[in-house]
Amino acid sequence: MRLVIVGASLSGLRAAQAARRAGHEGELIVIGAEPHLPYTRPPLSKELLQGKQEIEDSALPVDELDVQWRLGTEATGLDRTRRRVRLQNGGEEHYDRLIIATGCRARRFDGPGAHLDGVHTLRTLEDAVALRAALASTRRLLVVGAGFIGCEVAASARSLGVEVTMVDIASHPLVPFGPALGKRWAQMHRDHGVELRLGPGLEALYGDTGSERVAGARLSDGTSVEADTVLIALGATLNTEWLTGSGLELDPGVACDPTLTSTRDPEILAAGDIASVPAALAGGARVRVEHWTTAAEHGQLAGRNALVAHDERTAHTAPPYFWTDQYDAKIQALGCPALAEHSELLELSPDGGRFVAACVQGRLVVGVVAVNAARRLAWYRRALQTPRPLTELKEALAQEDATLGSPVGAMP
Amino acid sequence: MIKVHIDLNLCQSHGECVAIAPDLFQLDENDFISWQEEVDDSRRADLEAAVNTCPMTAIRIEG
Repeated sequence: MRLVIVGASLSGLRAAQAARRAGHEGELIVIGAEPHLPYTRPPLSKELLQGKQEIEDSALPVDELDVQWRLGTEATGLDRTRRRVRLQNGGEEHYDRLIIATGCRARRFDGPGAHLDGVHTLRTLEDAVALRAALASTRRLLVVGAGFIGCEVAASARSLGVEVTMVDIASHPLVPFGPALGKRWAQMHRDHGVELRLGPGLEALYGDTGSERVAGARLSDGTSVEADTVLIALGATLNTEWLTGSGLELDPGVACDPTLTSTRDPEILAAGDIASVPAALAGGARVRVEHWTTAAEHGQLAGRNALVAHDERTAHTAPPYFWTDQYDAKIQALGCPALAEHSELLELSPDGGRFVAACVQGRLVVGVVAVNAARRLAWYRRALQTPRPLTELKEALAQEDATLGSPVGAMP
Repeated sequence: MIKVHIDLNLCQSHGECVAIAPDLFQLDENDFISWQEEVDDSRRADLEAAVNTCPMTAIRIEG
């Protein structure tokens, strides 16, 4: 059996490792658009940018996998009739089973001034190296988009002494952690000296007359921000163009059943950012999760499932887990906090620096957010293996004697 | 027996390993990790899942 994996990042690597561990002895081909062996991206916006880690520290251990790597070449097409992946370099790879893990790329700003020098995105190792070099001589950084990448880069830049303005059209930063905690994240950035502009969007970037170097940005409320470096952090775009015309269902991710098998072709599975998979927390609707842990879990499962017939494959059921590190806060989340209508504080440390909040939709806990409370989060992860009503979770919590402390009063 | 190593310079107390195998990995009140350093072969699948799901790739197994 010839197993081909398209995508040489975390999901693709975990799929290759899992297939070998599960006894795959046939050919194993991994195709990657980037020239590198697999590396881990979370440090790119944090440790690498802050100079606490070097490029080689982000390499993922690859073991002795007996993989035929096809690196630095994009997949450009999929012919399911002939079971072939077409490559940018003109080659083709035949597959018996195929795992699609091509993930996302950084979404770009396509308005006026997007081409100017000093305008960055952050997704790849090269992006991080370029941004790190730019920050060394930046006076003011403009971050467009206050999601994970935007907020982490803002925090890293502040730690380097760079002035930061961050803008977002949303009413608060870090939307994936849900609406109720948004004011807290906004205050955290303001406390660390970030000028936060919530509401206006980016209209245009401009340079000084006669210069190709960015000098600032015009926002949709008519105001301007001066900046000598700009990070566009407007989320990600799916790498699915090569699947156009393949007949696979794109929604716009690769539509899968719970076993990560394509809804249209049992020989094809998907993993990571690109896989759109039914989720219990979303009432069985398909969701895509663009987070590290899901990519790792999907890869491991897809690698095992690809070796067996469709009816022998197991389902992915774990709720999403994701985190961010900003300043002195480790913020961790389970489930889908962004689906919540409101949040309720469940635990609070006496000094107020650590807490756990439940994110609730109807009666159901759809997510949990913890700040500097990793040990407690592990408890919630076990408690919420299946979706539960808030009342039930609180009853279980009342039996626990190792909580951070009882919350008194309103949200911190 | 399988030997389990955790690089404490890398560990950031995500707790993935604790969720996978709470009897082998624990976080204390200050969120510092502790773990069983020698584990029976029967637990290989749990240990491999912990190695592969650790966001910091801080866990290494031997044997």
